[in-house]
Amino acid sequence: MNASNHYDVAIIGAGMSGLAAGIRLAHFGKKVCIFERHNAVGGLNSFYSMGGRKFDVGLHALTNFVRPGVKGTPLTKLLRQLRIDRAEFALCEQKQSRVAFGPEGETSLRFTNDFSVFESEIAAQFPEQIDGFRRLVTKVRAFDDVSLDAAPISARAVVREHITDPLLEDMLFCPVMYYGSAQEHDMEFGQFVIMFKALFLEGFARPLDGVRVILRVLLDKYRQAGGERRMKCGVAKIIAHAGRASALILDSDEEITATHVISSIGAPETERLMSSATGKPPLTPGRLSFVETITILNRQPADLGWGGDTIVFFNDSPRFDYECPEEPVDARSGVICIPNNFDYGTDLKLSEGIFRVTCLARYDRWATLPEDAYQAAKRAWFATVQRSARRFVPTVADDALVEATLATDMFTPRTITKFTGHIGGAIYGAPVKHRQGRTELENVYLCGTDQGFLGIIGAMLSGISMANYHILQKS
Amino acid sequence: MTKEECKKVVLDIIADIAPDEDLSNVKPEVRLRDQLQLDSMDFLDIVMELRKRHGIEVPEADYQQLASLDSCADYLTPKFLALAAKG
Repeated sequence: MNASNHYDVAIIGAGMSGLAAGIRLAHFGKKVCIFERHNAVGGLNSFYSMGGRKFDVGLHALTNFVRPGVKGTPLTKLLRQLRIDRAEFALCEQKQSRVAFGPEGETSLRFTNDFSVFESEIAAQFPEQIDGFRRLVTKVRAFDDVSLDAAPISARAVVREHITDPLLEDMLFCPVMYYGSAQEHDMEFGQFVIMFKALFLEGFARPLDGVRVILRVLLDKYRQAGGERRMKCGVAKIIAHAGRASALILDSDEEITATHVISSIGAPETERLMSSATGKPPLTPGRLSFVETITILNRQPADLGWGGDTIVFFNDSPRFDYECPEEPVDARSGVICIPNNFDYGTDLKLSEGIFRVTCLARYDRWATLPEDAYQAAKRAWFATVQRSARRFVPTVADDALVEATLATDMFTPRTITKFTGHIGGAIYGAPVKHRQGRTELENVYLCGTDQGFLGIIGAMLSGISMANYHILQKS
Repeated sequence: MTKEECKKVVLDIIADIAPDEDLSNVKPEVRLRDQLQLDSMDFLDIVMELRKRHGIEVPEADYQQLASLDSCADYLTPKFLALAAKG
């Protein structure tokens, strides 16, 4: 065995989870290399440059925000485990977000990083539900959501024990599902708890310069700890022998070996790299994908009357359908993000206005379109998505918005698959999660989306947990 | 190494793992968990930092020996001395 191409641990994918796993392992002296097919780090939470601007993808807001001094939450655990000083993330808190339901957003529940705001909104608008809501919150707070071996139960069933108004039920599920559920219609209760805490009991924040600040901190830690990284060099194949990964074939045709392999690319995606035929049916990839429209404005959104909301989760229909649509996009529901509306302090602000809208989308309706039809579909759906979302924020005349618009862009399920390798553009991965991160091969473990800790903080904790559980605790 | 120096080693590690904790008044006889917010992930890190920085091995069965600063000193000081004698 050639020592130069043998690693203690090979990590597939330089997203948040892979980088976090890499930091832990390198810090404790493991010889680690991260293999990333793309030329940028971040995976599903990354950024790109176009026309001299940097666009974030993925991150609307960092969830799980708690203020300094609050301990024992995912953010604190993450900072400690990765030896990150919280000042390095330079987090700025949201101003206010909303869940807005009805054809014109008639029912609207505000929430901030102070949970009592959300609670009092529910008490005022759903007075008959508030006692049940408080019981549900007590149950959520007491639930052990990081257990690696909890039995799955239906979140809809648990929530209905406490909430009897379907409108409120859907208004609670909409943000929680949009920010992390890989399952249609329902969620596993443990996943619901993770997201409910992350969004409502904790909160939203963001560095002024967005996701690249977080990625820069992670990369610096990884480099300082001695971790290696190979960009534009994915893993093409995992060679199995006697139930273990014996070698990895890289995109460059090189062969390397590793005592352990951590894969952050998804469970079905990892399975497809394995050469062994197990005889079992292949894992099912997720069906939930999204489009996102991005509008760059020549002024602050507040100057158009859009200064109030940081994030708005909306739905115009009698029920909230969280499912893969028949059409290329389902614009009835979605998420608006206005990154300018975080509290950056009196001296700092984003130089341009940004208005982003995310909606559910169907991969196969985008995947096979010829290039000109694809571009035409993007233009048509951009208009539909933006028109739908604008019903839920203060009215701005069409010509005023056109006049204020500097640039637009849009990603589709096809974009997601092209840059992240996720089958079917499934941002939140497969519906079935693998809490212990095990695969068919004894020394190959999953981290990230398909391990099942959700959100950006969840992704990083997933990498940390799997590195600890499978490698550091055992050596 | 004295027991006091050993306590300092452990406190230095905790300061790096949990910079958000106030360590100025840690009582050596009281369980660390009872006066600081440390969870099982943090204790695992104390063990691993002892190995990384000082070459000290703490088997899982002995983790409870790290409950307080006093018990850390009682348990770890002989290990430090044995290591120094070998070195």
